[in-house]
Amino acid sequence: MNGKDEQISALFKRTLFFENPVVIQILGICSALAVTNRLINTAIMAIGLTLVTALSSLTISAIRNLIPRRIRMMVQVLVIASYVIVFDLILKAYLPAISAALGPYVGLIITNCIIMGRAEAYAQSHPPLSAFLDGLGSGLGYSMVLMIVAFVRELLGFGTLFGVKVTPESFVNWTIMIMAPSAFFVLSIVLWIFKSFRTGTK
Amino acid sequence: MGVPINPFVLMFAAVFTSNMVLSNFLGMCSFISVSKELKTANGLGLAVTFVMTITSVLNYIVYYYILVPLGLEYLIYIVFIIVIAAFVQLLEMIIDRISPALYINLGIFLPLITVNCAILGGALFLIIRNYSLIQSLTFGFGSGIGWWLAIVALAAIRQRLRENDIPVALRGSGITLIIIGIMALAFIGFSGVLRVQ
Repeated sequence: MNGKDEQISALFKRTLFFENPVVIQILGICSALAVTNRLINTAIMAIGLTLVTALSSLTISAIRNLIPRRIRMMVQVLVIASYVIVFDLILKAYLPAISAALGPYVGLIITNCIIMGRAEAYAQSHPPLSAFLDGLGSGLGYSMVLMIVAFVRELLGFGTLFGVKVTPESFVNWTIMIMAPSAFFVLSIVLWIFKSFRTGTK
Repeated sequence: MGVPINPFVLMFAAVFTSNMVLSNFLGMCSFISVSKELKTANGLGLAVTFVMTITSVLNYIVYYYILVPLGLEYLIYIVFIIVIAAFVQLLEMIIDRISPALYINLGIFLPLITVNCAILGGALFLIIRNYSLIQSLTFGFGSGIGWWLAIVALAAIRQRLRENDIPVALRGSGITLIIIGIMALAFIGFSGVLRVQ
């Protein structure tokens, strides 16, 4: 029991910090940057990506011995795309406003390199349960970085958090934070801090 | 929907004002990982431009002539990714057969293109924004050119930066993101020229 717990905590430590998909491996930032101007959009996107990564890792791992090697990419893409369609339909049905705001970026979860990366690097060669946890951890690692970036951008760009005004009236919104370049700057600063800690602990 | 936009204006907009990478963040993964060398960046850029142009048209046709009549619009993602993957696979075989020299230069990039979000993103944009067939063609071509321009510029900057003294933790991807940010700022300058969605 204890041993297993430690294994799981080690796995999360790895996926969240030491091999964080966004800041360390620079994967999946296409969608990461586009949706980070509002916390609420980011949260929905993060939940979607985490679920899709975890479930597709689970599925791919479960059928890993049945897939011929040559067509495995195709199978992986199909599995991922099916989950994304399900998520997209749920979003359209229950949260139409957010679905419209995210636009094509929900569909782009399919080409998010994190999912394919985990499927190739981990789910292919591990049993379903640990593949599921690995996918979940990677998804959470991605979500964490995204939420940090979105927090900074929404706070400085709109003066709000989750749509609630938090800054005093005298605060002048930083228009640049709403625009595309700021996403790159904020992410590079987050990355810088992470890497400094990482090299510091080693 | 709305006033039809001149296809050539749309092409110009796709290259400069709504550049795929710099304002829509699409195709970032390979944009960062393949931009270390000018030569390889150039090869990938050309391959993306070509595939994007053709698949935009293919996806347009598939969507309006197959999916819409059958009422299967919700399968859009799965069908588009299959069209792209199949086209890339086909292209790989054709290039291999016709020109081995080109295959050596371009072939290694082709698998990367299937998972390039710019291609799928471009196809989804043209459906969401209700472009016509001609508009889709010029939009796909312009987006590809815009992507190619951005990656070549980035690779050229990175080559020059290689010898510079950069803080350890910022080396590699960190400084690259800052460069991209500055490039994106420069491209925002174009948005005063025209604004087309």
